[in-house]
Amino acid sequence: MVVGRNPNPEDEATDLLFKALADPIRRDILRRAHEGRLSVSALAREHPISVTAMQKHVAVLERAELVGKHRVGRESLVQTKADGLARARAALDRLEADWRDRIERMDQILDEDKGAT
Amino acid sequence: MPVTNVEKDLDALTLTITAEFEADANRLWQLWADPRQLERWWSPPSHTSTFEQHELTPGARTTYFMTGPDGTKHHGRWSIEEVEPPHRLRLKDDEVDDQGKPEDGGPSEMTVTITEADGTATMSIQTHFADRESMEQTIEMGFEQGMVLTVGQIYPLLGVAKGSQT
Repeated sequence: MVVGRNPNPEDEATDLLFKALADPIRRDILRRAHEGRLSVSALAREHPISVTAMQKHVAVLERAELVGKHRVGRESLVQTKADGLARARAALDRLEADWRDRIERMDQILDEDKGAT
Repeated sequence: MPVTNVEKDLDALTLTITAEFEADANRLWQLWADPRQLERWWSPPSHTSTFEQHELTPGARTTYFMTGPDGTKHHGRWSIEEVEPPHRLRLKDDEVDDQGKPEDGGPSEMTVTITEADGTATMSIQTHFADRESMEQTIEMGFEQGMVLTVGQIYPLLGVAKGSQT
């Protein structure tokens, strides 16, 4: 079967999201734009790409609703649209998974001790 | 599963995980104090870890590296802050690059507490992100390591409530 357009609007949003995240420059933008203090040209200076190329990256992120733009004076600044608490939860969830695995390995080591005696 | 409790403080960026083991406090302490034992549990099975220097003395520096399946080495460094065998250990985790320089992201701290009662030892590990930057780095590392994400996992990661997607 050929993968065509998704009939489900939620799937379509997911496609946009995954496509937006598939690029390392775009993931970097999400990180840098967290504070919402950088313009497109300031973001472009962080990478070996032109302002026009950066505009395209930012547009992909905007379509996926990952960033928004707001105006400060004459500048248009890019800001990651992510709630800090949710990101904190995600990071701590990842740490939790690492530690659960480690604790399981510790438990195995203690079990092996018992087998040896 | 030995894990008995998990607490997350989203403002302080702190995770506290508690587990019970059928062992005494001294045995659990050895899991941290003996580098050869540390090597057996520190890294995921896909990696091997090698602790080059590790001694639980206040002010000491631990250096270690993890080797991935493709041979890539990831270096790490701890600074040992507090040592009270077999009950309490506090260390700072400094991730460093090949030259031994700290990578941006900054250190995070770990505090291990071990208590013992009726043949059961309880270990509590508190891990803390120094700042939001290092927290963001942890999220980014997940992507770089090709972490397989389901849609259910990706929404919270992005701070997007799934219900808010239209």
